Amino acid sequence: MTTILTVPPSLDDGTFESLLQPLAELEPDAKVLLDARHTRWSSPYGLIGLLTLAQARGNRPQFYPPEDPNTASYWARAGFFRHAEKLFELTRPVPKSRSGDSNFFLEITPIAQTEDVHSVVEHIRERSKAIMETLGFPPSSSLGFSVVMSESCQNIVEHAGGAGWVAVQTYDWQKRLGRRVVVIAVSDSGVGFRQSLGQTRAPSDRWDDAAALEAAVLRATSRFRDPGRGQGLAGIRKYMGKWDAKLTVRSGTARIGIIPKWDDDQPLVEHLPAFAGAQYQMIIPQAVPA
Amino acid sequence: MLTPMPLDLRMALARAECELYSNLVTRATGRAVRGQLESMLRDMPGQRLAVLDFTHVGVLDFSCADEIVAQLLLRFGAGLPAHAPAPQTPSYFMFRGLAEAHLEALEPVLERHGLALVAEAPDGSMQLVGMVEPEEHSVWQLVLLSGGGDVDAIASFADVRSIDLHEQLVALARRRLVIQTPAGFHPLRHH
Repeated sequence: MTTILTVPPSLDDGTFESLLQPLAELEPDAKVLLDARHTRWSSPYGLIGLLTLAQARGNRPQFYPPEDPNTASYWARAGFFRHAEKLFELTRPVPKSRSGDSNFFLEITPIAQTEDVHSVVEHIRERSKAIMETLGFPPSSSLGFSVVMSESCQNIVEHAGGAGWVAVQTYDWQKRLGRRVVVIAVSDSGVGFRQSLGQTRAPSDRWDDAAALEAAVLRATSRFRDPGRGQGLAGIRKYMGKWDAKLTVRSGTARIGIIPKWDDDQPLVEHLPAFAGAQYQMIIPQAVPA
Repeated sequence: MLTPMPLDLRMALARAECELYSNLVTRATGRAVRGQLESMLRDMPGQRLAVLDFTHVGVLDFSCADEIVAQLLLRFGAGLPAHAPAPQTPSYFMFRGLAEAHLEALEPVLERHGLALVAEAPDGSMQLVGMVEPEEHSVWQLVLLSGGGDVDAIASFADVRSIDLHEQLVALARRRLVIQTPAGFHPLRHH
């Protein structure tokens, strides 16, 4: 029997959870069909979330692509179908696109090894100057942006124990915030924070996904004893604070957030449907002139 | 006397087979580059003053700052506790071309290890970066202003007792922030 999961019309970090609830109740090798025919929009988090979902399954899920030609074309230009072809059984032909065709700030890019992180940083460095200036930050902040990209991508290489994805896009959030934003999404289907940090941890009363996220994100805890380790996430947090940005990290059944004043999200959400690996989202809004 | 020896980061990147990149990012790259720098350092005889020039480095992330700068300082004795025996042929490091963005990655890394380093600004002025107590900073500036020498000579530049100053100078030398020779204590730039 095949379980059909309907992809929401608008797919972002919030609505993505609706796909995970029924998925969490299935056997790992159960047949799944993802129906995105009526999906009209997806954030970078949503697109790489779908790829991660397919990666995490024991067999290749089927996938109905969006029927709306503009949506399908956009997803193609974001690089989604190029990777989805290898992970899903696509039920019909999809628009083709070559790497570099899109207006995505950074189209969906696989991260599996150190060289991939270098490629991302090389690619993003020049473009990030323009975007950070557009957001009202000094050109020098583009190097910080590159550091954030480097550290978040290399977490996949260093800790996930498997491949992952990154994508960056800019949006005009006039209705929601009245400002432009840059959205960075990073996702993997690896071991997640609880297992990664738990490898060298003595048993304690409380060690779950939320505790692991608190340790990693709030206290810069690493699975290594070396005090030099664990600084990547601490550094990302610092930049997010400097830019009044929002950071959320989901792993396993929990999600932790560094929430700025302009957003009303919860800093910690527990008892989410279980999902593999770790998923980061960073939203950097246009600076408000002092 | 120590002659500053430049350690070419680009050459280290190339030797580490990372020549396609101009950015010092990822822990693996940092480890490979440090390996090359250590190999270059081993080729320098006696006491060494190595100059690491970051002028042409684009992005420096936290992982590379830790693997290259902090681990290099630690491996050559900068973080040794006071009771540990000092290396027979100590190495000193001076850093050039550190931009504001490099410092953003470097400072928290140094602070986390309790380390500090000497950086040369484009105008030739020197500054300490990292974890430094105000008293340490004052003594370091005294060495810089006096141009170095024996303890009495340095003490004569300020109203301090030589006996108090000696201990502080030894501590700075252990942290590789001043050079200690049989002739006394010296700022890194004059040798």
